[in-house]
Amino acid sequence: MDAEAAKLLGAGLAAIGAGLASLGVGNVFASFLEGALRNPGAADGQQGRLFIGFAAAELLGLLAFVIAMILVFVA
Amino acid sequence: MAESGKIDPMHQFAIEPLFGTDHLSLGGYNIAFTNSALYMVAAAVVLWIFVIGGMKRELVPGRWQMAVEYMTGFIKSLLIANVGEGGKKYIPYVFSLFMFILLANLLGLLPLGLIGLHPFTFTSHFTATGVLAILSFSIVLIVGFWKHGLHFFSLFVPHGTPLPMIPVIFPIELVSFMVRPFSLGLRLFVAMTAGHVLLKVLAGFVINSSNAGVGYGLTVGSASFILMIGISALEVLVAVIQAYVFALLTSVYLNDAENLH
Repeated sequence: MDAEAAKLLGAGLAAIGAGLASLGVGNVFASFLEGALRNPGAADGQQGRLFIGFAAAELLGLLAFVIAMILVFVA
Repeated sequence: MAESGKIDPMHQFAIEPLFGTDHLSLGGYNIAFTNSALYMVAAAVVLWIFVIGGMKRELVPGRWQMAVEYMTGFIKSLLIANVGEGGKKYIPYVFSLFMFILLANLLGLLPLGLIGLHPFTFTSHFTATGVLAILSFSIVLIVGFWKHGLHFFSLFVPHGTPLPMIPVIFPIELVSFMVRPFSLGLRLFVAMTAGHVLLKVLAGFVINSSNAGVGYGLTVGSASFILMIGISALEVLVAVIQAYVFALLTSVYLNDAENLH
């Protein structure tokens, strides 16, 4: 396998990371909704924490995208 | 490489000098007025008009003043929830930051291509978002050392850490603190880049499949086009959420500087 093909394969494999991060982001919002429907009164006060969790989960998927972009365009 | 037919999805991020300022230089550095700078000016001007329109200070606010007061009130409640009463002095900074990023993201999504202009999202460049992140991070450092002096380093040793654990916890907390400006800038930059690349790739599908024949155009092309409409709506949502997350994380970091923990 030449180096160019390996790079493109690696970039494709990085999409696995992006897909797993989507599971994480979905889990953040699903758990929030589950809790919010049980206790709607407390839900509004937790929106900041919801988005902090979302940001943390999303960042790892975005890092996978950065790896793919670096492999395709930089390396 | 990374092209679909003749359509290069990365071309939209190219920075080009405008108005013949290609060779303008200052101290040996090129300071050409680029399309990136043009959109920064546009975002600043739109923000300025937005705020000026709401500064009439009428007792019974009109729609415009109501909109401005809603946004400032939103940032105020964000800061009070995350920093407390001491957070009120950061309202001007966080409000400007939030609105600037929000307008930059939304202006870059405008369908100006229909009238021949090339919309540009400067938040899709790490140089722009990185500077904004470093700005937030240096405010955290300055406020932290100003208010608490060297006691600021207690941020890296959480309350109740057992003594033998301190040499382990300290470097971990230090690294997680130092990586903040990178993650803050990287998140905004990658989220905007990924969305715009995705839209361009789908647009490439529409054009190439239409060129390949009516059958491909109707099946692949129209499906991609419908998907594009949905993704465009998602991109508006992402533009707002990323601006909100940037402001939110800035206020969370300001809380560390203001109150330690």
